[in-house]
Amino acid sequence: MTPVIEVIGASFSFGREPVLDGVSLRVDRGEIVGIVGPNGAGKTTLLRVATGALRPEAGSVLLNGTNALRRSAAARARVVARVSQNPTVPDGYTALEVVLMGRTPHLGLLQWEGERDLELAMAAMEATGTDGFADRRLDSLSGGEAQRVFVARALAQEPAALALDEPTTHLDLGYQISVMDSVARARRERRIGVLVAMHDVTLASQYCDRVLVLASGRIQAEGTPRDVLRPELLSTVFDASVTVIPHPVSGTPVALATRRRENGRAGPATTP
Amino acid sequence: MAKLAARQDSGRARGGSPVRVEGRRTLSMAYPWPRIAVACAVVVVVGLIAAGIGSVSIPPSTVARIVADHLPWLAFDHTWPEAWDAIVWQLRLPRVVLAGLVGAALAASGATYQGLFRNPLADPYLIGVAAGAGLGATVVLVAGLPARQGGVSLLPIAAFAGATSAVAVAYVVSRQSGRMSLATLILAGVAVASIAGALTSLIMIRSNPDVRPLLGWLLGGLTGARWSHTAVLLPYLVVGVAGMLLYARVLNVLQLGEDEAEQLGVSVERTKVILVILATLTTAAAVSVSGVIGFVGLVAPHVVRLVWGPDHRTLLPLAAVAGAAFLILADLVARTVASPSELPVGIVTAFCGAPFFLYLLARMGRRRS
Repeated sequence: MTPVIEVIGASFSFGREPVLDGVSLRVDRGEIVGIVGPNGAGKTTLLRVATGALRPEAGSVLLNGTNALRRSAAARARVVARVSQNPTVPDGYTALEVVLMGRTPHLGLLQWEGERDLELAMAAMEATGTDGFADRRLDSLSGGEAQRVFVARALAQEPAALALDEPTTHLDLGYQISVMDSVARARRERRIGVLVAMHDVTLASQYCDRVLVLASGRIQAEGTPRDVLRPELLSTVFDASVTVIPHPVSGTPVALATRRRENGRAGPATTP
Repeated sequence: MAKLAARQDSGRARGGSPVRVEGRRTLSMAYPWPRIAVACAVVVVVGLIAAGIGSVSIPPSTVARIVADHLPWLAFDHTWPEAWDAIVWQLRLPRVVLAGLVGAALAASGATYQGLFRNPLADPYLIGVAAGAGLGATVVLVAGLPARQGGVSLLPIAAFAGATSAVAVAYVVSRQSGRMSLATLILAGVAVASIAGALTSLIMIRSNPDVRPLLGWLLGGLTGARWSHTAVLLPYLVVGVAGMLLYARVLNVLQLGEDEAEQLGVSVERTKVILVILATLTTAAAVSVSGVIGFVGLVAPHVVRLVWGPDHRTLLPLAAVAGAAFLILADLVARTVASPSELPVGIVTAFCGAPFFLYLLARMGRRRS
């Protein structure tokens, strides 16, 4: 099966600072692949490279088996939809209007959204549980509601793959789960491949079929959450004392960081 | 279903995307033609009334008949004095029409700049257009060049050249960093405007002491408007606004941010360049015939946005129509309030526009909090 996203040996640097150093990954249809790593590990850059938005200095990017860098932005957008970490909330537009903008790569310059586009937009809003506020202004919604609207906009693009950059950051527990549940549902119902950058290991391990651990611009480990999310690796990567226990309900790995003691060594907090 | 019906009933359903419920969900993305037609009709009526007001008062119905009489396929019995014909057709109507065209040009350009910069406070004067135009005109007036060369007025051409070079300088500077950054473009525009303004003042101080006509032009005025002026502006207005309308939907997508728009397959760089050129040409053409008239490009799009929402497919055409009506009325005040002398219309738009703008700002602030 042709992977929807395939990155082969991609390197990228900002000026002299290397951000990605020979990174390879693949995402197949219907699987959720997580990129786990600390802040500044290059997760956002990797997502942008993997969607063809950023041209790697070395290596190649294939979307549905064709060279992403040779295709137009619109052609890429019909294969993969990206939701950035802090999407701009446009003033005054309703949630439905924003979701309809997801139809852009399918429309010519002179073409406007038609009935079919509205149906697809409404279906995407139902799939993310946002149809209830289709006509509310996006700037009046909470962060978690707005985030699901942006996922709906990405689904309205009818992509083969979704690339999500920290979709649950700044959200409370309930919204974290509801956003990821709607992503998991889209994967199941639409057989979309999902590439999601997260620093929340506990959440990633519950939703991802595979995780890649990215640190210092390189993939440090790759595999199922249970195989990869080991305390030794996480402690090194996050530069903290990390304990991993099984989730009491799902059994997936839960990462817990332990506070440092005053002398700098890990251990239980002492109460005076 | 109920929700979609509510959307329609709420009256918030926008012209660009009315959602009708008739057994099944349908979406008509038809152009808001009815709304535009009504708005245009209102502007025509306003124009006819305005053309009747002045030292000689002429009823609007007679104005309408005089105008119709000049159309090639209509003829009326001349039940009005011959002088009225000259007053309406040669003096007042060119001025009213020019006010309408200038207002439409400034408002449509303003709405486009605001969408492009994702800043509702952007206006056509932001990137140095007006200051450049002022400098061009000053050079012609002060250098003692003949105002007319072979029957063509040099003033609009010089203003146009000044405006375009100001934008070109701002644009080239902002391109130095590779991609065209809108923030850099605005800052470069402010700097270019300062230089052009300083040069204009310097030239005025160093030369002919009688700078009053020039000052009047710089303050914005439609005095002495002729049909030839409307002929200068009209092609730019038609091409400019038509081009902006083509990009109206893409302008909506740009409101998501440049990165996001690119992600949706929009060639952001090309779109920005095309829209800056269209809006600048349209603004420069307006400035070249009317001088520097402020606040039209700011207030008209704002009012339309507050009432009908931010969708540029509705916003651009309705802002143009609202700008036309606003400037026709402002010019009417300018030429009647201190009769027999006249005020530069730019003073009138500033007097109505600035307080109104402050009121809008206060209202927006209250709604946010």
